[in-house]
Amino acid sequence: MKITVKKGLDISMKGVPDKIMSEASLSTHYALKPSDYPNLTPKLLIKEGDEVKCGTPIFCDKYNDVVIFVSPASGLVDKIIRGEKRRILAVTISSDGNFTQLNTKPKDYSNLSREELKSDLLTSGLWPLIRMRPIDIIANPKDSPKSIFISSFDTNPLSPDYDFIMHNKSAEFNAGIELLKILGKCPVNLQVRNDSDDVFLNAENVEKNVVKGPHPSGNVGVQIHEIDPLNKGEVIWYVNPQDVMIIGRFSLTGVYDASKVICVGGENISDKKYLKTISGSSINSILKDSVVSENSRIISGSPLTGEIVEIDGFLGNYHHQISVIPEGNTYKFFLNDGWLSPGFSRFSASKAYPTWLLPKSKTYQFDTNLNGEERSFVVSGQYEKVFPFDIYPVQLIKSIITNDIEKMENLGIYEVSPEDFALCEFVCTSKINIQEIVRNGLDLIYKECM
Amino acid sequence: MKFLRNIFDSAHKTLNSSEKTKKFFPLIDAFDTLMFTPNHVTSNGSHVRDAIDLKRTMMLVIIALVPCLLFGIYNTGYQHFRVLGELDNVSFWEIALKGAFVVLPLVVVSYAAGLFVEFIFAIKNGHTVQEGFLVSGMLIPLCMPADVPLWMVAVATIFAVVIGKEVFGGTGMNILNVALTARAFLFFAHPTKMSGNEVWVTGFSKMKADGLVDSSSGATALGDLASFMQDTPALENTQAFQAKYSFMDSFLGFIPGSVGETSALMCLIGAALLLWTGIASWRVIFSFFLGGFLMATILNLVGGNGYFELPAIHQLMIGGFMFGMVFMATDPVTAAHTNAGKFVYGFLGGFLGILIRMVNPAYPEGIMLAILIANVFAPLIDHVVIQSNINRRLKRLKTV
Repeated sequence: MKITVKKGLDISMKGVPDKIMSEASLSTHYALKPSDYPNLTPKLLIKEGDEVKCGTPIFCDKYNDVVIFVSPASGLVDKIIRGEKRRILAVTISSDGNFTQLNTKPKDYSNLSREELKSDLLTSGLWPLIRMRPIDIIANPKDSPKSIFISSFDTNPLSPDYDFIMHNKSAEFNAGIELLKILGKCPVNLQVRNDSDDVFLNAENVEKNVVKGPHPSGNVGVQIHEIDPLNKGEVIWYVNPQDVMIIGRFSLTGVYDASKVICVGGENISDKKYLKTISGSSINSILKDSVVSENSRIISGSPLTGEIVEIDGFLGNYHHQISVIPEGNTYKFFLNDGWLSPGFSRFSASKAYPTWLLPKSKTYQFDTNLNGEERSFVVSGQYEKVFPFDIYPVQLIKSIITNDIEKMENLGIYEVSPEDFALCEFVCTSKINIQEIVRNGLDLIYKECM
Repeated sequence: MKFLRNIFDSAHKTLNSSEKTKKFFPLIDAFDTLMFTPNHVTSNGSHVRDAIDLKRTMMLVIIALVPCLLFGIYNTGYQHFRVLGELDNVSFWEIALKGAFVVLPLVVVSYAAGLFVEFIFAIKNGHTVQEGFLVSGMLIPLCMPADVPLWMVAVATIFAVVIGKEVFGGTGMNILNVALTARAFLFFAHPTKMSGNEVWVTGFSKMKADGLVDSSSGATALGDLASFMQDTPALENTQAFQAKYSFMDSFLGFIPGSVGETSALMCLIGAALLLWTGIASWRVIFSFFLGGFLMATILNLVGGNGYFELPAIHQLMIGGFMFGMVFMATDPVTAAHTNAGKFVYGFLGGFLGILIRMVNPAYPEGIMLAILIANVFAPLIDHVVIQSNINRRLKRLKTV
């Protein structure tokens, strides 16, 4: 299938990572953060000081205790960090540097039944890598998905290039897909671009769809909408290509090896490159050899959807990039830098700034300033230009704000996730925090309707 | 810059120092944010944001209104001296100055009254002042007759902001266009100051009292046209009308009318800027024009009197059609919000505008009423558009 996404926006940010692969220094500490998983209530399975190996369960989902989350390293449980109301923020593990595995026996999964494979993936701790739509949370093992989606490219600003990361990784990738195929008993859709790497173009056992177009064409939400739209009551699973590789590695070796490649980009970091690291590594270890400028914000994930982390924080489990951008906590005088400036150096999707007249190759400086204040919805038709769904975004958001579940369902809440609204939030004249609103709406739907 | 920043910082500090003065923060905040984009940063979600904000959006609309304002000032003076028959004796600057003395007070009063109400509501409700009124405040004087008493402008503005906007929840929540609400209020509350032959040319009542002019010389093009529908038309036939108000004069705007509405050319310049910057919806403007043109053409074909026989394109150049189309109908809050709905909404506005204007000559300014009606229908139009989207989704569910 060939798909052209017409609506959208490529944001040309300064600080795109160079295609240089290097090894991050080994982290001394690793963390598992329940906040990486929306809607999860964790139940601890260890206590501080316990000895753990790679693959030892740390906590499980309180309401679905087969879904467990395991340690990416061997060593000791260092700290259980709690926040308000004793909510668990993170469990940190101090690594002994040996990466001793709990399990080391590979199996021949091609002969295993779906149920056996499922229970193996659950006990191995790899299950959380499989996420589902609707709601955009960890897949429910009891569901049977109608298809599985893998997007082989990321169109976010400063995003990692999977063609570069996964070059020559066909064995692991195909092994991962084979497991997913058994697990889902449904078609696996792999979205590629015309010039994708051979690892994707020659992938086996998948339906390949060629996608063209600007961001968010790399988001699975958009791809699902175009290829196999979700209806109420249906479920689709999706997996990041590197996570497919981690699952494949498990299939080939039987070990829990959460190493992956992330990219580090953004204007305020000296070395913009790709780094081999391990899920849950400390930001310190990743950025050790680079200089972070003063007054910077470190984001685990993309500048459009990621999460703020401190230098002593940890990489998010679903994140494959770190972005370091300037904080915008300064006042901007209206004539030279603010709302009435000519604005040749300011990026805007609206034609009220001259961005659209300047060459497309120009890259722009971005900071975290809101560039305005929160206002009521005034401008119409703005989100629609960057939102490639057959859904009315403003009306859906208003139905969420008013907690109108029936309207949310009618307007298509089952097809979207917060990241699909990231561009709407970006372009919003009224500076409304749309992704947060959508997340709240999805949480409500999950509580009331699933 | 640093100096200014320090002033604002210390002003904030003074206000924040006591509970009593704290609630007055919108007063300082409004001017502070006008001079400086605040240091607010994003939280999680989209960490970077587009440079656009509501201030720039509104400012571009005001810039688009400047040609209409400047021409309105000139034309106000021009009509005054034209009626007096002194056009040949006065210089450009005398004309402009005469107009400025009449129009600028209208602008000042409109802004003062409207912002006063906005600040009161902001302080009372503890929120910042939103930018919506910056545009309304300019639109109100431009859609008034030059000689409207200033107190009426103030009352109408206060009425429009309170009843038209704040009772619905403020900027972004209103159903009716604020500026047109102000105009409609005066139109029905004080018809003698908003319609007829004696309000459009500044100083006209005095001239008449002095016996310098008779009342027919102060008529607007629409007034003369509407008289075709009465027993004693002011003009013999369409040709006589076209001789008095040539197409060129109507297009350029050298005819009596509300302050900013007379020049189609200036409206088009404004429209060009609004469309070029993507602020106004081309869908609304296009379909509004189409609707008006179609209705005017239909009545053209019906014919039978001097009014209906005026060529459609000339019909659209007089009165508030162009001004309403470019600046009133395109108000994003009160227009339809869906792209498909905008076509229907615009068409409805243009179509009804000409219909009301021509078929019910008691309301020669049909455009105002038509846009207000279209505003009321906009949510319904959106509802139908969205319902079809919902049905499409339900149908997909059924076929699975």
